Amino acid sequence: MNNSMKKIYPLYFLIPAALIYCTFFLLPTSMAFFYGMTWWTLDDWEFIWFDNYIQFFKEPSLRIGFQNTLIYAFSTMGGKVILGLLLAVFLCSKIRNKSLLRSVVFFPALLSTIAVGFTFSAMMHPTNGLINKALGILGIEGPNWLGNPKIALLSVALTDIWKGVGIATVIFIAGIMAIPKHYYEALKIDGGNALQSFFHITLPLSRPAMNTVIILALIGGLRTFDLVWAMTGGGPGFSTDLLASIVYKQYASGFFGLATAGNVMLFVFVALVAFPIFRFLNRKEVDL
Amino acid sequence: MRQVKLNWLTFLVGAVLFMFLLVGCNSSEGETASGDDSGGESGSETSSGSDDGGTSDEPVELSILVSETASTPGFKKVLEGIERDLNIKTKVEVRPGGPEGENIVKTRLATGEMSDLTLFNSGSLLMALNPEKYFVNLSNEPFMDRIMDSYKPVVTSNGKLFGIPARSSQVGAWLYNKKIYKELNLEVPKTWDELMENNEKIKAAGKTAVIGTYGETWTSQLPILADYYNVQAEVPDFADSYTEGEAKYSNTPQALRGFARIQEIGERGFMNEDYTVATYDQGMKMLAEGTGAHYPMLTQVLPLIAENFGDKVNDIGAFPQPSDDPSVNGHTVWMPDAIMINKETEKLEAAKKWLEYYISEEGIAAYQEGDKSIGPFVIKGVDLPEDAYPAVKELVPYFESGNVAPALEFVSPIKGPNLPQICTSVGSGQMTAEEAAKMYDDDVKKQAKQLGLNWD
Repeated sequence: MNNSMKKIYPLYFLIPAALIYCTFFLLPTSMAFFYGMTWWTLDDWEFIWFDNYIQFFKEPSLRIGFQNTLIYAFSTMGGKVILGLLLAVFLCSKIRNKSLLRSVVFFPALLSTIAVGFTFSAMMHPTNGLINKALGILGIEGPNWLGNPKIALLSVALTDIWKGVGIATVIFIAGIMAIPKHYYEALKIDGGNALQSFFHITLPLSRPAMNTVIILALIGGLRTFDLVWAMTGGGPGFSTDLLASIVYKQYASGFFGLATAGNVMLFVFVALVAFPIFRFLNRKEVDL
Repeated sequence: MRQVKLNWLTFLVGAVLFMFLLVGCNSSEGETASGDDSGGESGSETSSGSDDGGTSDEPVELSILVSETASTPGFKKVLEGIERDLNIKTKVEVRPGGPEGENIVKTRLATGEMSDLTLFNSGSLLMALNPEKYFVNLSNEPFMDRIMDSYKPVVTSNGKLFGIPARSSQVGAWLYNKKIYKELNLEVPKTWDELMENNEKIKAAGKTAVIGTYGETWTSQLPILADYYNVQAEVPDFADSYTEGEAKYSNTPQALRGFARIQEIGERGFMNEDYTVATYDQGMKMLAEGTGAHYPMLTQVLPLIAENFGDKVNDIGAFPQPSDDPSVNGHTVWMPDAIMINKETEKLEAAKKWLEYYISEEGIAAYQEGDKSIGPFVIKGVDLPEDAYPAVKELVPYFESGNVAPALEFVSPIKGPNLPQICTSVGSGQMTAEEAAKMYDDDVKKQAKQLGLNWD
């Protein structure tokens, strides 16, 4: 069996795919590890071992960056999981215009992040923004969403949830649809109510979908850049700087080696956070 | 069930396609809009309107890369003149300003894709480009004698000259609304304390005392950068010692004071309610319409105010950032951007003629037809015209009596790239002046290392 397989599919079939993978993925990644240990400009370089990493850890803004990245990743993940699950359950129930509503929920995910960022930053303007004007009609004085350093990060996270919840919902819908109907029928015969059907059937059996959402949202949150850049540029001050935006700024300032080192750190950081969670979640999955 | 799913899918696919259409429209709209910002110009080839049949010889065409703010009516008038008199067409390529634009310039230089001519900042940012490697040495060109000695250092590297001034110099000043000053019976302050007293009165009158526009972070730096006249008056060797890595913001109280000024303005609540997100455009609107009294800003904002708010520009005056001592009172000057010739150009002779024309009498006259100056020119024998903006006229006595000094970025090659963000941190109360000074010193140290200065 093994031998005949080899004859049918010789190894050199692998070459095109491997070539593409190596030139566009493996090579740049390993180069990043190398250049992270150099001082370089576009036409010159010098090997300096771990100086960049040491420098990177000395950055006063880095502590804020790590902290913000974690807050951002976990709050957007939480929001997307909870809202996405609730929306999915709602959109799988017996309601009219189901397909239309599903599309509406998915819509924000189709928009360009930069466009969403600019639109929301205009809407979140403290005096002229749509949100605070609407709140004003209700007699509530809205906060300075993006201008107050204490809540700016959460405002951005809120926008991210609005934009990302559509994808989470679609994944949840797929998960819920995959649950065989007879579980619900059995529950009905035993006289269970809607709450019980949610907590004892839907929630545990949509676990694989939930794990996918958690991992996707978490990794997405850890390496977010575009939305923050469009909405606040990391400001006011350093209050919404994430790891990715710090790295970008170092690159823009011409500290190329440092920025490369920062990217390697971001890679390691995402792996360190995402991998254990992935392992942990996978162990908890149950078979249908 | 299957039926429902299919419908939903079709709808989704339809929606995706539709969104693509919308997004497509959006992006093209965005391009024209950004073109409008830079003076009604949507990209390249804006050289001139004259028809092709007018000239018999084959015209030479030079390309020039400029930042979006540099392509002003005056600049275009000069290009028209160059085409008319020298038969050289100019193809203008527009890039964004700020760090993004710097990256474009750096990348194009490194990859050998640079246009024939480049318009870029002078001073520390130019030094960061390594001009000797990329630009033509102009030291021996006779036309360089027309440039004032005060400008030459900011385009000099290793004793060689690399650029000509692209427009007039300007100052970083406290622009103020004269109507408010009249209404509240205020006088132009000579000391920082007087300025703060004025601010209290303006605030009490229900107006914004100081306009803050941290939505565009670079605007937050003015109170520290424009304080440099005062710094150098009290610590004459600061720039040299700073370049050598000895003087720091954290160990020089006169320099640290710049951060403290920003902190004070923020803490005393002098700024507009939305200062952490307001933009440059909103700032100039507040100043022009008199809802805000002071705007610490470069005088380059004046033509924009004139363009958008007409005669209201005549209500605006300018005074230098005051120090603690009434006898130390002068303006901090920003040197104009420079135009350089790329070493790899194949049309070197044409490019040199182009530069010569640009700073010739005809060139300056053409420039002034389109743009009113925002400060004195750095070309010998060119005076401020009679119809200059009132705020610019207020600068003249300072220049005549010599109470001016170039900003730090023109006397030292080092400027830390994170200064704007550090300033917004201080102004929004997240950092004290001392913390900011320390952080900025670190930033400067990294920049020095990147420039190859040995500080250890």
